[in-house]
Amino acid sequence: MTHHVLHMPCDEAAVRRLRVGDTVTLEDWLFGIRDATQIAMFDKGRNVRLDLRGHAVVHTAPNVKRVAPSPDAPVGYAPLCVGTTTSMRMERFTEPLMRDHGVRLIIGKGGLGPASAEAFRRYGGAYLAVVGGAAALETTWIAAIEDVDLDDLNPESLWKFRVRGFGPLLVAMDSHGGSLYATVGERVADRRAAALAVLGATD
Amino acid sequence: MQLDLAEIEEIAKLLYIRALKLLPDDIKDGFMRLQRAETDPTGRSLLATMVENIAVAERDDNLLCQDTGIPIYNITIGRDVAFDGTALKEAIRRGCERATREHPLRSSVVHPITRKNEHTSCGIRVPVLHFDFDDRPETVEIEMIPKGSGSENGSFLRMLVPADGVAAVKRFVIDRVIEAGGKVCPPTIVGVGVGGTSDLCMHLAKIAATRALGSVCTDPEGAKLEAELSAAVNMLGIGPQGLGGDSTAFAVHVETAATHITMNPVAVNIQCHSARRARATITPGGVAFGF
Repeated sequence: MTHHVLHMPCDEAAVRRLRVGDTVTLEDWLFGIRDATQIAMFDKGRNVRLDLRGHAVVHTAPNVKRVAPSPDAPVGYAPLCVGTTTSMRMERFTEPLMRDHGVRLIIGKGGLGPASAEAFRRYGGAYLAVVGGAAALETTWIAAIEDVDLDDLNPESLWKFRVRGFGPLLVAMDSHGGSLYATVGERVADRRAAALAVLGATD
Repeated sequence: MQLDLAEIEEIAKLLYIRALKLLPDDIKDGFMRLQRAETDPTGRSLLATMVENIAVAERDDNLLCQDTGIPIYNITIGRDVAFDGTALKEAIRRGCERATREHPLRSSVVHPITRKNEHTSCGIRVPVLHFDFDDRPETVEIEMIPKGSGSENGSFLRMLVPADGVAAVKRFVIDRVIEAGGKVCPPTIVGVGVGGTSDLCMHLAKIAATRALGSVCTDPEGAKLEAELSAAVNMLGIGPQGLGGDSTAFAVHVETAATHITMNPVAVNIQCHSARRARATITPGGVAFGF
C-alpha cells in the first residue's frame, strides 16, 4: 500500500504505478463532469473548450454561488458544496473520455464496470474512490472554480477546480485489471447462500 | 388554531436547509454502533470519514452531501386546525423555491422528458407533498426529506404471487441489496414494503427507508421480518461504499399493508448513509424544530 501525491496533469507512467489498495492525493487541478455533460459531449457532439489531457475528472454537479469575478473566482462562481455522485450511470463514457480526451483518472463513488476496467488497462487509467456523501469534507479540498465550460448545463457543466490536498482517495480500480468492486462482488456472491439460509429462504 | 401561511412558507424553507446540514441524532448513534462492530480496516476508515464529514458540515455550516435531492414534505394535521389546503400547498412550494434561490442550493430537479432545470427544486408534482391526519389537538407537523438520487435509484418493485411465499420476499430484498452494491452509498437503511397495491407497496418502502433508526414496525409480523432481514444483509460483506466490510446497512425497515388474495407485492427503497430529515412541530405555543 503506497501513498501517491499526483500533481495534475500527470503522465501514463504515473498512473500505471497505481495499484488497487494504494491511496492518492491530487494537487493543482481537477475537472468536474456529470451525466448531462457527457451526454452533451458524446451523444450530442458538443465541443468542449477545456483541455482534459492527462487530467482527473470527478463525477460531480456542485452547489455553487454566483459572485463578482475576482482572482479567487475567475469566472464568477464560488464553490459552496462539492461532492461526488454515483459513477455507474456514466460507465459508457469512460472509454471515449480516455480515448478522445486523454483523461487519466476518474474519481467517483460506487465503482465502474468491466468496460471501464478495460479502458483503464488499454489507455493507462485508474478509478479513485472518494467517500460518497462526504461533501462537506470534500469541499474543504477545493480552492476555487477556475473555469467552466458548457455553462448552460449548470449544475452539470464541465467545471475546472483548483484543488489543495484533494484526498486521500482509494485506488479502487487500476490499469492492471485490479478492481476492489469485483473482488468484493465475488465475496458477496459467495455469502449470499448463507444469508438466505439464515432467512429460511434458500433458492 | 389557524395556520399562518407566511410562517409555513418560512418553515418549509428552513426545514429544507436544516435537513441538508444536520444529520438526525439517531443516525449519528447508528454510526457509533457500526463503528464499534466494523472489523474491516477499509470499512473502519470509510466510516470514520463519514463521521468526520458530519462534524465538518456542522463546523462550516455546510451541506452534508452535494445532492440536494428531490424535496419531500410530509404534513400531518391534528384536530382543530383551520387552513386553506390549496394555499397551504402553495406556501410549502414557495418555501422550497426560496430555500433554493436564497441559500442558494443546487436545484436537482428537472423535467423528465426535456431535462430542463428551472433552478427552483420544483417542477410538475415536485416537491412531493403527502398529507395525513392524527388526533393531536391543535398541532401540525411537517417532516422534510431531501431524497438523494444515488439511493433513490436503488428502488425496486416485484409483483410476486402468493405461491412464491414470504421466502421470495426475503430473497428479493437480499438480491436487490446485492444489486445496489456500493451505488446507493452504504451503510444504508433498506426500506421494504410488503403488501398493498403496487403504488402503496412502493410508498411503504419509502416510509420504511425514512423512518428513524430504532423505530419498529407497528405490525408484529413486519417487526419480525425486519429483525431477520437486518441481521441477514449485514452477513453479505458489501460494506461502506461497497468496498467491503460488515456495515452494509444500519437496518432493514419493513412496512406492511393488507393486499389482495392473488397478490404478494414487495418493494425496496433505499436511504443512503446521509439519511437526512428535519421536522417542525407547530402548535399555538410556537414552532419547535427537530428530526
